[in-house]
Amino acid sequence: MATYIVRRLIAAVIVILLVTLATFFMMRLIPGDPLQLFMSGTLNINSLAPDKLAALRHEFGLDKPVMLQYLTWLGNIFRGDLGTSLYYQVPVGHLIAQRYPVTLHLGVLALVISTTLGLLIGLVAALKRGKWMDTLATSLAYLGQAVPVFWLGILLIYIFNLTLHWLPTSGYTSPFVNFGQSTRQLIMPVICLSITTLSSTARQMRSSMLEVIRQDYIRTAWSKGISERNIVMTHALKNSLIPVITLIGLFVPWIFGGSVFVETIFAIPGIGRLLVESIIGKDYIVVQSITLIIAIIVIFTNLIVDISYSWIDPRIRFN
Amino acid sequence: MQVTKNTPTNTLPRVSEWRRVTRVFTSRPTVTIGGIILLLVVICAVFAKWLAPFPPNQIDMTASMVQPGVRGHLLGTDDLGRDILSRLIYGSQVALTVGLTATTLSAIIGVSLGITAGYFGKWGNMVIMRITDAMMSFPNILLALIIAAVLGGGTRNLIIALTIGTIPGYVRMTNGLTLGIKENEYVLAGRAMGASPLRQMVTHILPNALSPIIVQMTLQLGMLILAESGLSFLGVGISPPTSAWGSMVYQGYVYLETNPVISLAPGVAIMLVVFAFNMVGDGLRDALDPKLRGKL
Repeated sequence: MATYIVRRLIAAVIVILLVTLATFFMMRLIPGDPLQLFMSGTLNINSLAPDKLAALRHEFGLDKPVMLQYLTWLGNIFRGDLGTSLYYQVPVGHLIAQRYPVTLHLGVLALVISTTLGLLIGLVAALKRGKWMDTLATSLAYLGQAVPVFWLGILLIYIFNLTLHWLPTSGYTSPFVNFGQSTRQLIMPVICLSITTLSSTARQMRSSMLEVIRQDYIRTAWSKGISERNIVMTHALKNSLIPVITLIGLFVPWIFGGSVFVETIFAIPGIGRLLVESIIGKDYIVVQSITLIIAIIVIFTNLIVDISYSWIDPRIRFN
Repeated sequence: MQVTKNTPTNTLPRVSEWRRVTRVFTSRPTVTIGGIILLLVVICAVFAKWLAPFPPNQIDMTASMVQPGVRGHLLGTDDLGRDILSRLIYGSQVALTVGLTATTLSAIIGVSLGITAGYFGKWGNMVIMRITDAMMSFPNILLALIIAAVLGGGTRNLIIALTIGTIPGYVRMTNGLTLGIKENEYVLAGRAMGASPLRQMVTHILPNALSPIIVQMTLQLGMLILAESGLSFLGVGISPPTSAWGSMVYQGYVYLETNPVISLAPGVAIMLVVFAFNMVGDGLRDALDPKLRGKL
């Protein structure tokens, strides 16, 4: 077990290094001079005196060879310095520390809601197989997997804000400042962000439950006269959860991907919106840092998911 | 790892794969509905020129923001007086072109890499799988978003971005399949008889991995159409004059209060097409996956 974890950790470090290398050089391929962004578009970069320009380039380290720039960036990360945003002119670390909790709040809510509701819906659908409840749940899950997140957001805004005037359209308030306002603002974004993952969980739970119910040991349990409640809760549920856990590991990148759309539509100042703005604005230092952070989070969630298998399923042991 | 030893298929009566597929298509209503939707979308894309009541980019400021059903505009017009229905119909061309091209390209590249890496194993496999891990550790849509931004918009660049983002999934899947398939006696026998690696990969391994690949491609088509619309919505995908569903949703968003159809109708189209591909993909999986046979 310990050697397995160590081996996985080494692989994770290699993968993270590959990610930094790829994003760093990809961002350098974006056409256009990043310094133009620093001028905030108000000044034409060509109107600047050449010596001033050279000084600026030197300040941002843009005059060094690319490989050296990469190593400097990498070295600085280990010292906790992610660089300075060209657009916001503040350390990227600050920017991310400000934005990340917002996405975390949104993402954790979406993850919790989609897994609990998804498991429940999948379980009910499996137990009521072929009944109207199953048909309804399955059809909705199919639609939920096909719906474009950004469009669902717009639809919800149209229904709950423009027509019914029930919910505010946009913005984010910290739950520590105003819990009611924060919750009201988050209802629509969380629905959007959790719809796809909720549908996948429900479908996976349904099919894996149906798979388990067919097993011999369930039939044995029935024949021993164990109550249905007991069979479902102790014998079937635990075993049907294994494939669902894999899925939950896949949700973390999904949530990050979805947050880009949800945060854009609902004007939420999270990391997804920051990423889109930085990509479009060529603020490459911010893009690099966010990419790195997302990759690290995803890699470690996968690691945790893989390790948690061995606890849930004793048949899987690592050596 | 898949163990395909002792499969009893040679003792069972032969049922043609084709018949199995048609049976799934006709016996399950959801798959039938999916198939019909797809057929309609393909017809729309192919015959757009004749089906669309107006040219998709015809600007008519006298007919700006016409409500649905007025003056022959079934779904109304947008701010520039362009007919929404016609733009929707033409939009199917963009969705299908981008989806089909990106799926085919990524499948060809991904499957070749996956099988080669799995067949030869050793360090080559290690390198390819680590790169795959690195790419998969990042959300697909964000990877495509960054690549699309690097390359700049347009149909071709969007296809490249989506293709690169989709390759790792195929690599990982076929790599796993190959590792299982190459343990079979027939592969060993082939090697003993002096079959070249290329011949083994193409004639022994690929056909046995084909069913899951086809299923994956069908499901991927829906995902890629969803991704394309998302990127177009964010403004890094298809450039403005072309009628892509995602950019239509974005353009209509401003007029949500006065004319919600402009923004909401393209979304319905996206959802229907993705839904249809998912249905058909699921149907194909049930028809082609030997593990599920007889259970559905």
